[in-house]
Amino acid sequence: MHYHSEELVRELSAQAQAFRIQVLEMVYNAQTGHLGGALSIAEVLASLFFHHLRLDPARPDWPDRDRLLFSKGHACAMLYTAMAHRGFFPVEELRTFRQLDSRLQGHPDRVKLPGIEICAGPLGHGIAVGAGMALALKMRGTKPSSFSAPSGRASPARVYTILGDGEINAGVIWEGAMTAAKYHLGNLTAILDYNGTQQTGATADVMPTEPIADKWHAFGWHVQEIHGHNIGQILDALDRADEVHARPSIIIARTTKGKGVSFMEYDHNWHGMPPNEDQYEQALAELQEELKQWQN
Amino acid sequence: MAELVSMRKAYGQALVELGKANPDVVVLSADVSNSDHSYMFEEVFPDRFFNVGIAEQCLVDVAVGLAYSGLIPLANTFAFLFATRAVEMVRTHICYGQANVKLMGAYAGLSDSFDGPTHHSVTDVAIMRSLPHMTVVIPSDPLGLAKLLPQAVEWPGPVFFRLNRNEVPVLFDDSYDPKIGEAITLRPGDEVTLICAGLMVSRCLDAAEVLAGEGIGARVLEMHTVKPLDVDSVLQAARETGALVTVEEHSIIGGLGGAVAEAASEAHPVPIKRVGLADKFAETGPYFEMLDRYGMSVEDIAAAARQALAAKKG
Repeated sequence: MHYHSEELVRELSAQAQAFRIQVLEMVYNAQTGHLGGALSIAEVLASLFFHHLRLDPARPDWPDRDRLLFSKGHACAMLYTAMAHRGFFPVEELRTFRQLDSRLQGHPDRVKLPGIEICAGPLGHGIAVGAGMALALKMRGTKPSSFSAPSGRASPARVYTILGDGEINAGVIWEGAMTAAKYHLGNLTAILDYNGTQQTGATADVMPTEPIADKWHAFGWHVQEIHGHNIGQILDALDRADEVHARPSIIIARTTKGKGVSFMEYDHNWHGMPPNEDQYEQALAELQEELKQWQN
Repeated sequence: MAELVSMRKAYGQALVELGKANPDVVVLSADVSNSDHSYMFEEVFPDRFFNVGIAEQCLVDVAVGLAYSGLIPLANTFAFLFATRAVEMVRTHICYGQANVKLMGAYAGLSDSFDGPTHHSVTDVAIMRSLPHMTVVIPSDPLGLAKLLPQAVEWPGPVFFRLNRNEVPVLFDDSYDPKIGEAITLRPGDEVTLICAGLMVSRCLDAAEVLAGEGIGARVLEMHTVKPLDVDSVLQAARETGALVTVEEHSIIGGLGGAVAEAASEAHPVPIKRVGLADKFAETGPYFEMLDRYGMSVEDIAAAARQALAAKKG
């Protein structure tokens, strides 16, 4: 595990908060999009894109890149924001979110936007598709067609997938979980955005998922539970997951849906609703106030 | 009667040959490998074979992940399961996301006859054909399978490859040279055209013989690729023979009959009769008898040809 400086933690925390503001503006300007689940995943995405992932924005098809499968595709405003600021495409392009001719489709499109690893929106695919990628990376070296050659080595790249907590209602999540365990996919890490709220209510009411850690343990996964808005905990957990070799790993990140905007937090109505002008102004003021604290 | 040869064995052998020829080929199964004979690949290439258990949605998703990583996965399960249980995965990742996955739809049509309507696959072609970027190929005998399967693997994009479970009549010798996307005229004729795929090709050849005995010249056009449809050959048949009969082991809704009707009605409308399963489920029973019972007998085909011909003469 690596040492993470206070400065790094502070920097990434500020970045995550700045992303929240950008996402608020995107959804407000477009008057369409999903805020709640985007706001809850800011710190995880900032940690991945700006510290942990092995990637090169200039080479989105680099064979040895880490793969990030953003399975909770509806929250893509935050994914696009992190990618733009990391250099995958111009930040100004964020203004085209959900408009005609945009590469920033309402849900991520891997064909239109280089750097997107998986089309997502219909939920549940991250683990099973990720397992396929992790299998391929284990099987083959970095050169095309070399996996059967004696000199072929497994790729150093890893596969990460971000899941929503409502998403794990889907059966294929658990089919994929069994498959990843069967094939000992230590190069696969899932991060569960455990924000406790889904489209029509609290996760505990819609479809109870507890005891969540026990479930993943029972499926043969390495399990960590962290505070999902704490950058230090996120970075440590990602490092620990990398050190697990014989089985897949999940980080259960306890988060808050709508994080950072008082009237959106824990309110399922903000799953897919854009704010009006007054709501936008208030949300912006709250997010900016918080950002100042990280910048001081 | 022509010699009968197992399509499943031919498939297993073709898979092994593919494995030898192309190191990028990997094979996945949802735990039916001893049914569809993909176990033959597993025996030779155990490190390139993955059994995900009885989990067809996972089967497709794992294949997608392998395809996005540059491998060429051939996913295997029963045809109806690809077209029903796993179709969201097929649509979202294989078609929209453009994953180079080959779906090997086993036990298609009524060929798993004794297992009954839960296992019959009579809507798969309609469903798969409606998906953008999908290609649909139906070999009609073991040699057709052996010649079309490597092309499906080389084809730049996803393919739904529809497989018969049973022993089927051998139709072709080595001079048979199918190409994906190109229909083949198996028998010339000027008065009506039988457009067919899969096992029904052999029955159409028999029906054409019956019709010849009545002085009716029936062309037999093998449409082993339902999508992309060889529209030129359909329109040529419409122009030259003036009457079309589509013959398939599938619902008459949306499959080969639908594709041909769409193409002909827009560009060169002629009388069309569709032979296949009516809009209903079949039942359990012996395969060839079941085809006869449910409207796909040689006589059903000949009768449809006579009707189309009569409509043309109006």
